[in-house]
Amino acid sequence: MRQVYLDNAATTPLYPQVIEAMKTALEQYGNPSSLHHLGAGAEQMLAEARGEIAKLLKVSPGNIIFTSGGTEANNLAIKGTLAGKNRGILITSSIEHPSVLAVFARLEREGWKVLRLPVDGQGVVLLDKLEAALREPTALVSIMAVNNEIGTVQPLQDIVALVRARQPRAVIHVDAVQALGKIELEPARLGVDLMSVSAHKIHGPKGVGALYAARPDTLTPLLDGGGQEGGLRSGTENIPGIVGFGRAVMLTRQELARRTAKVARLRERFVQGLQELPCIVVSPARGVPHIVAVSFPGYRGEILLQALSGKGVYVSTGAACSGKKGNLSHVAEALGLDDETVTGMLRFSFSALNTEEEIDYALAMIRQVLAELAFIRGRRRR
Amino acid sequence: MYDKVLVRFGEVGLKGKNRAFFINSLARNIRRSLKQLGPGYSVSAPYGRLFVDLPPEHDFNAVSAALQKVFGLVSFSPVVRQELDMELIKEAALQELLADGRPATFKVAARRSFKNFPLNSMEINREVGGHLLRNCPGLKVDVHSPQRVVNIEVRPEGAFVFSRVIPGPGGLPVGVTGKGVLLLSGGIDSPVAGWLAMKRGIALEAVYFDTPPFTSPRALNKVERLAGILSRWAPVNLHVVNFTPVQTEIMKHVPEDLTITVMRRFMFRVAEVLARRVGALALITGESVGQVASQTLESMAVINSVVSIPVLRPLAGLDKVEIMDLSRRIETYDTSIEPYQDCCTLFVSPRPKTRPTLAQAEAAEAKLDVGSLVDAAVAGIDSRTIWREEVQS
Repeated sequence: MRQVYLDNAATTPLYPQVIEAMKTALEQYGNPSSLHHLGAGAEQMLAEARGEIAKLLKVSPGNIIFTSGGTEANNLAIKGTLAGKNRGILITSSIEHPSVLAVFARLEREGWKVLRLPVDGQGVVLLDKLEAALREPTALVSIMAVNNEIGTVQPLQDIVALVRARQPRAVIHVDAVQALGKIELEPARLGVDLMSVSAHKIHGPKGVGALYAARPDTLTPLLDGGGQEGGLRSGTENIPGIVGFGRAVMLTRQELARRTAKVARLRERFVQGLQELPCIVVSPARGVPHIVAVSFPGYRGEILLQALSGKGVYVSTGAACSGKKGNLSHVAEALGLDDETVTGMLRFSFSALNTEEEIDYALAMIRQVLAELAFIRGRRRR
Repeated sequence: MYDKVLVRFGEVGLKGKNRAFFINSLARNIRRSLKQLGPGYSVSAPYGRLFVDLPPEHDFNAVSAALQKVFGLVSFSPVVRQELDMELIKEAALQELLADGRPATFKVAARRSFKNFPLNSMEINREVGGHLLRNCPGLKVDVHSPQRVVNIEVRPEGAFVFSRVIPGPGGLPVGVTGKGVLLLSGGIDSPVAGWLAMKRGIALEAVYFDTPPFTSPRALNKVERLAGILSRWAPVNLHVVNFTPVQTEIMKHVPEDLTITVMRRFMFRVAEVLARRVGALALITGESVGQVASQTLESMAVINSVVSIPVLRPLAGLDKVEIMDLSRRIETYDTSIEPYQDCCTLFVSPRPKTRPTLAQAEAAEAKLDVGSLVDAAVAGIDSRTIWREEVQS
């Protein structure tokens, strides 16, 4: 059966060059901490990968800390900043990834005051609410660059400017896992203090990510041990993963413009094709091109997903839920979507490895599935 | 190390003429169960008793665990063979007495079928008893209700000593009562119903109604894993029906509040045809009385009326809590509560009829081509045998 992978916001297929680079790294099994030749080779690979990531983000390699992925980077950024502190409030948005929301929920239980900023219908953080929130002394602001469920791009420049004007001492963290390689990301120029990224969203391997820290010395590590990564992430480095990450970043950087343009074309073609179908595009027009959340009112997202899966088209329900009431995604709730829209939602996400032909095939399959399941429309749980 | 296991069966012994058939079935099931442990195990039934001969190298805990999953087996005892020498016999008796925690009271029960042995039964009892008392301060003899009996059988080929009595699962050997078609869903109840049926000697032909794309492949995988857990006791044949065409027709033509009733009627019809095909004599369901809308007596009557085959409902008299307890005991609970079952609540009307009538159900089905829908569903059945297979998720 033909397979069309349109779930690139969940994870991406590895570039063949990434696999090759990782194979080499697996064969050269040295520990970067070892003083002999083999260790030096591993250290070299580690340094090269760090250099690649620094180059893409336009920062110094000394500001990059490798982690086990986006979740750890977010945890290290937030908990590592607040460890030993207790003054000021914490500000975040209501549509963050669970690896940020859950950290704040824990901090709240531990006594911190947490403000979760509402968003408009497009998922953009309401700046006047941010401004109001910033009247209180603020310890940390954490806002994602790109939302993973609908693809909203946050106005980071405006957000940083506001925070700097009102609370110059607040630490700013950006979860950029969905943004890396998709939009321009320059944490230093933007003036953010911390930024989390992950390898497997850009055709790299799972289990590796990184945190950019403007001032690594101000962070407290989550793990104590051998002092790797400048003492911020003890544990023998995941060299094959890091090498794969480095190679994926290199490839991303080399053809950034071409790839971005291609994904934009794919989105355009897809959204065009959707116009003939009974659906609503939920993603904002000015969102990232690689994420398109679509609702098919009257249908149930998870059933459409399974039906499409049966035809080899792999997508996600995104902001839709697992079906039970009260289990709606926090993003859908924050956007104020009605039940019918949310229930019928699917998230399509592209990468530059997709082709226009694949988009056409997916559209044809969507059309077919909608027709096959049309009898369900209007027959919903109340 | 042990040489044999003496197996006791309860009800099997009561079955008169069928006795040989029952014992042979039990022996076959024990053989099948021990096969996983490697070669060298043999089962024999001399003089109406059942023995498992163990290979010299074996892990008795593994043997014990395997036997505890063979229905029809009431209890069993590991047996040590010793040379015909009183000193060795006494030592073996002492070891067996202490093998599973020290009892407060005991008695020795010797049986001498080898009449050339110099001591008679009474003398053996006395000698061995004295040895045990000398070596276990505080231990007392109780000939009427001892905590432990140390059995010694003296035969030409050696002395056989056994004392520990390990309980088995009881019930009847799987297969002796025939086959039954179990309507297996991913829920808590139906695996328990299947287990209870197996306990009464019924070999399971489990049927699952799959409705892709309305339910996810993970729901099917969950059912496979549940069948895998049930197959720890005996092989389970799993039949997967593609129920989507039936479901689709029901959703198109049947009023929402009768969906569940009509759906169940179709499941029963398909299960009955399957039963005939595989030679099963009953359907088995996880229904309890009055638990949900489809399980009121009115509903059951309307659903049941489409089949003539007997329908067993082993859970009819149990409360939810009792069912859950059983489910934990047979280790299906944790799998049953995984969330895939209801990933699609689409089919369940928010207000199903709790007291449907036969006339209503028949009217609702009037637009459906019942015969060909059932035939098509049966034709597409995908079957396989699961036996001690831990199906991976």
